[in-house]
Amino acid sequence: MSHSSMWDSISGIIRRDLLLAMRRWSDAAMSVFFLVIVVSLFPLGVGPEPAVLRTIAPGVLWVAALLTCLLSLSRVFTPDYLDGVLEQMVLVPQPLSLLVLGKVLAHWMISGLPVVLLSPLLGLQFGLEGEALGVLVLSLLLGTPTLSMIGAIGAALVLGVRGSGLLVALLVLPLYVPVLIFGAGAVTSSMAGIGGEANLSLLGACLVLSLFLAPWATAAALRIALE
Amino acid sequence: MQDGGINCLISRSISRLTPLVFQRLVPLLSAVLGVDKRIMLQAVALSCRRGERRLFSDLNVQVERGKLLAVVGENGSGKTSLLRIFSSLLPPEDGSVRWEGEDIHQLKELYSGQLMYLGHLNGIKDDLTAVENLLSSMALAGEPCSESGAKEALEAIGLKRVVHRLPSKVLSQGQKRRVALARLWLSTRPLWLLDEPFTSLDTASTAVVTQRLHAHLQREGLVVVVTHQEIALPAERLQRLRLAG
Repeated sequence: MSHSSMWDSISGIIRRDLLLAMRRWSDAAMSVFFLVIVVSLFPLGVGPEPAVLRTIAPGVLWVAALLTCLLSLSRVFTPDYLDGVLEQMVLVPQPLSLLVLGKVLAHWMISGLPVVLLSPLLGLQFGLEGEALGVLVLSLLLGTPTLSMIGAIGAALVLGVRGSGLLVALLVLPLYVPVLIFGAGAVTSSMAGIGGEANLSLLGACLVLSLFLAPWATAAALRIALE
Repeated sequence: MQDGGINCLISRSISRLTPLVFQRLVPLLSAVLGVDKRIMLQAVALSCRRGERRLFSDLNVQVERGKLLAVVGENGSGKTSLLRIFSSLLPPEDGSVRWEGEDIHQLKELYSGQLMYLGHLNGIKDDLTAVENLLSSMALAGEPCSESGAKEALEAIGLKRVVHRLPSKVLSQGQKRRVALARLWLSTRPLWLLDEPFTSLDTASTAVVTQRLHAHLQREGLVVVVTHQEIALPAERLQRLRLAG
């Protein structure tokens, strides 16, 4: 097993998943619209007071990003499970965790990256400006891959279970709590003028930890699902 | 007279050398070159339980190079489970599967590099074309092929060029099965594990696939097939395993 063939398999998976997402672009577009609508509901519900909106902005944007990720989790492994591609993936002469890493990266590019790119616009809607806006983008850039990583474990665990949509939410949402706290905390503290570096570092640490542990845990869950 | 003596000496030394060559050198060479007959798949005292039901127990079977093992039996007798155990997807309840004498669960990725598995699911994506499906599944398996190679394989199994550009969701069941089976023309793996490969194939395609299996066996490959159909292969290539259920 050479490095090149390992890379071939991972890049092959990423390219295939991106191609599939392009063929079914409406799925990705729907989760972006979901994000925009959820975020837009808050000013309607809370009222248009700028000070209030600015205070709740980090939390609202982060919770919306988290829900968007959660909604797209069913698309990570379920289609592959149903059409038999997952069986082929498990029987590839490469470590399954590396292929999982490829799939999760593709999932992040499809569902996480649009959230990151759209966030400055949504932040402006809540009156965030300057540094806080930059920190918001940075925190989402560090946080959304972690959400995809943790989500993949949940998605793999509920494969083949009936009513898995709700179950995956119950499994995964508690695990998202630290990311939510650090992410929203980074933006809040930068708005308060203490700088978001500490929270951003913690988010980075979460990302590194999940990059190491999540693919391995997901691979184990996938093997069990296929037994 | 002297000529006769020399001839006699030569013929005697040849007759002495010949057994030496055949008994020592040929096995040595074939072992070095990796064409040893011993290389094979072996199931030792396998047992399998799905839920409450015991499907089979103490099952022993071995497949040599150049042989096809046809697993037959009633529905629910554990044919597919046996194939999944052979593929390492399903761990057996008891016993072990050995490849070249080593347990496949110890070989892990080394064993995956020896086999091509085609389950009852086709493993193709509805949104991709036949060519894209074949290219991506070969790349995933670590045996990347060229686009022209993929097209040749699809034509070999009787899918015309018109079909190559269509998304797979508009193909019929039989055509989808053929897209999946086209991997047989591209794979260089020695062990093929096929679950009901002839399902929804027409007679002509069945014959083409059987020919391909025969060619693989002639190249010293191994095949394990779960099937309900008779496979038109020479009797010396066939081995049959009936699961009682």
